[in-house]
Amino acid sequence: MNDYVIPEKLRVVGTTPIRPDGHDKVTGRAKFGDDFHLPGMLHGKVLRSPHAHARIKSIDTSHAETFPGVHAVVTAADFPKISSNVIDAGEAGQIDMQDVADNCIAREKVFYDGHAVAAVAADNAHIAEEAANLIQVDYELLDPVMDVRSAMADNATVLHDNFLPGAFLAPTEKALPNASKLELAMGDVSAGFDEADIIIEREFTTETVHQGYIETHIVTAQWGANGMVTVWTTTQGQFAIRDQLALVLELPMSAITVIPLEIGGGFGGKDSIYIDPLAVVLSKQSGRPVKMVMSRAETLRATGPSSGTYIKARLGVKIDGTLVAAEFHGAYEAGAYSGGPVAPGVSTALTRYNIPNVKIEGYDVLVNKPKVKPYRAPGATPSNFAVETMIDELCRELKLDPVEFRLHNALKTGDRLVLGFPCPEIGGVEILKAVQNHAHYQSDIGGPHRGRGLAYGFWFGAGLPSSADLMVNSDGTVQLCSGSPDMSGTRITLAMQAAEALGIEPNDIFPSVGDTASVGYSFQTVASRTTFATGIAVYQAAQDILAQMAERAALIWQIATDNILIDGGRFVNKTNVQQCFTFKELAGKLVGTGGPIAARALASPEGVGFQITAHLVDLAVDTETGKVDILRYTAFQDAGKAVHPDFVEGQIQGGTVQGIGWALNEEYFYDGAGHLKNTSLLDYRMPTILDVPNIEAVILERPNPGHPYGVRGVGEVPIVPPAAAIANALYDAVGIRMNTLPMTPAKILDKLNSITD
Amino acid sequence: MNRQQVTATINGEHKEFLCEPRQSLLEVLRDELFLTGTKEGCNDGNCGSCNVILDGTLVNSCCIFGVEANGGHITTIEGLSKGNELHPLQQTFLEGTGMQCGFCTPGFLIAASALLDENSEPTEEEIRHWLVGNLCRCTGYDKIVKAVQDAALILRERAL
Ligand code: FES
Ligand code: FES
Repeated sequence: MNDYVIPEKLRVVGTTPIRPDGHDKVTGRAKFGDDFHLPGMLHGKVLRSPHAHARIKSIDTSHAETFPGVHAVVTAADFPKISSNVIDAGEAGQIDMQDVADNCIAREKVFYDGHAVAAVAADNAHIAEEAANLIQVDYELLDPVMDVRSAMADNATVLHDNFLPGAFLAPTEKALPNASKLELAMGDVSAGFDEADIIIEREFTTETVHQGYIETHIVTAQWGANGMVTVWTTTQGQFAIRDQLALVLELPMSAITVIPLEIGGGFGGKDSIYIDPLAVVLSKQSGRPVKMVMSRAETLRATGPSSGTYIKARLGVKIDGTLVAAEFHGAYEAGAYSGGPVAPGVSTALTRYNIPNVKIEGYDVLVNKPKVKPYRAPGATPSNFAVETMIDELCRELKLDPVEFRLHNALKTGDRLVLGFPCPEIGGVEILKAVQNHAHYQSDIGGPHRGRGLAYGFWFGAGLPSSADLMVNSDGTVQLCSGSPDMSGTRITLAMQAAEALGIEPNDIFPSVGDTASVGYSFQTVASRTTFATGIAVYQAAQDILAQMAERAALIWQIATDNILIDGGRFVNKTNVQQCFTFKELAGKLVGTGGPIAARALASPEGVGFQITAHLVDLAVDTETGKVDILRYTAFQDAGKAVHPDFVEGQIQGGTVQGIGWALNEEYFYDGAGHLKNTSLLDYRMPTILDVPNIEAVILERPNPGHPYGVRGVGEVPIVPPAAAIANALYDAVGIRMNTLPMTPAKILDKLNSITD
Repeated sequence: MNRQQVTATINGEHKEFLCEPRQSLLEVLRDELFLTGTKEGCNDGNCGSCNVILDGTLVNSCCIFGVEANGGHITTIEGLSKGNELHPLQQTFLEGTGMQCGFCTPGFLIAASALLDENSEPTEEEIRHWLVGNLCRCTGYDKIVKAVQDAALILRERAL
């Protein structure tokens, strides 16, 4: 792991230039998934299961096939049964690609309401939809299993006779017919509880939620005459889509080119295939390009979501406020196939406190809901909700200030983590002190039924492979191409790092996102990693460019390369300091001195800076209706170094508001038969502009030594503490302890009535 | 299905086109006229991504049939700037990072321009009330509100 010497003064990093892709986005010119058209293109539509759990007895596509305007119809029979289905995901475990394929189109059984069963390509989407509805499927209904506790109960209906245990961050082991398990431990937990003066044990449930990106899933595919496949899609990872497509269609990865279009939000939910292989096979069969656009209802029924959970936790504390022992049990929905976010969820449950004795168990539980996908700090919001509300309870019981309590127990650099390694550089103490010193914390709340809540949150983030190409043009401008889709301004944050490293201006760098045929392999834009990890690839490529340019300068001046001093975008002859080239001057001499210069770096950095945050919220409760009004919200976060502070603030504000939605409104409603009842954005209600106040973002900068400019990921942790902070404020306001998400007006009223009865 | 002829003025240009009676105005704009700046986020009136101005009124184009626009005047995001000169809202969304993914942005810009046409000095409260039909999942809205306030200021200064 690299420890970088972070320059004290940065010239570009920390400023707020305008993103180069912005003009096209404000004028409607940017090409998102559905803004792409090919001549002769057909439109595909999917027939989806109306049942949550059923065996497919037969499918009759004949009426659809003969419907005027239809060009192709596919079912699972048109897709290969995958020969080598088990993929090694490194330390994380293994992934069953047959599951991935079956999730795209059901083979023998349907596992959730909305599971794709067949697809049609026709002259337009209306015809495709009409034709899809003519497909007759004969189902044998099975009992649906709709929540983790019934799935784990004795005699529960079994979803899969065999399954590969879930793998996400860490492997799990099969423990029950519908669940696999992971355990983590540190110290001696029973001895720890013996030491405790106060022990509390609580249970929590949280409901399934969706990432809620405003652009749905859209793909266009073209099967070329030579068997080469081209796919245009809106995705967080063009290479992920390519690799998954290759594996489920049994094609060489190099035979598929995935071209990433602009992406209208992802939050973790847009890095896997759904309609993509259907569009490819429909294109193959029809001989025409095929576009498929998911409706909002399809997106809610069949993509994402994030796990509902059942959590039981126990905390032991000494009378002086020292946490001595903790036990955490978290059962997370995996959805229809294994591999939900249980490992990151439970392993971050307590990480931010230094607790010597810890026992954690997590269950990855199969239920008849869509296969869950990552959602911003996957798994951490429910576990944080549980632990932070319990901490609040302990603070009240012990009459300790909630910030002081957390300061007393805060995880510090070097403390051992439950994952078995020491905590890297972390600024938790600084964050908590910033809360204490902030005007918000010191202000009066005022008014009846008003309350204030605090929660403290943690998230890992990730490194993983990234690639970046830089090419110097003869006019001194530089092309930057990375493999990381830009969801929220990373073209500019990468360009800024290139500019910083090369000693030139950000508007001399022209960033782009490459397709799979034109740039090196890059992992998805996920895990708060792009500005960090792709930033390091950019930095490394820039160092290579500088070295090559120094060689050219040396060649021109006929001196040894060692005698070239590179200083702020200038190349100076150390032996004759009168001789000096600016970056631009030297760029103009490259072609004549050996040809243009380019560099590629593939980085897989390990020095990930952990994300730590505290959220403070004031709210008012209408005790007649149970409605909560957020009055003031401040989020404190360590960015390591904010490359573009406006975008960092934006990440904090956006993530917080998603967390507020999770806390108060958002949930999947299933009826007893397992049908999703709220499939529109009216009924799956995400926060509107009227539901939230300004989220004040307080950015702290404790540099991450694992990045040349000290950058930490920032995107994910803001979603972690809002639910707990709001729950704690609710207690402060009206004396109710919520142990379930979302905390809807109805649930709040119920609680209020139960305490006044 | 029978296609009907529709005539409308779109972003100041006279347009004649054919569309099926079942096609929404959103679909017509995007798929028949290739004005893809107007976005579809829900297709049922709940996100505002498809906002356009029809005869002076802010509408969700997904909830109107294309044939209903016959004889109408429509402004879409493509018509908001004057040539290469950005509308002040476009400028402030750009400079004030009023967008992350940018997908909701055309809808917000059209909706906010309708507000500023009506009210040159909206309060934060008025801005939030006006934009309640537009969903953004990325920004948390704060920078959108500020961008609208900043644009209102630019417009007022220009009017002096
Ligand atoms: S697409 Fe029209 S309101 Fe959402
Ligand atoms: S910027 Fe992404 S939805 Fe608004």
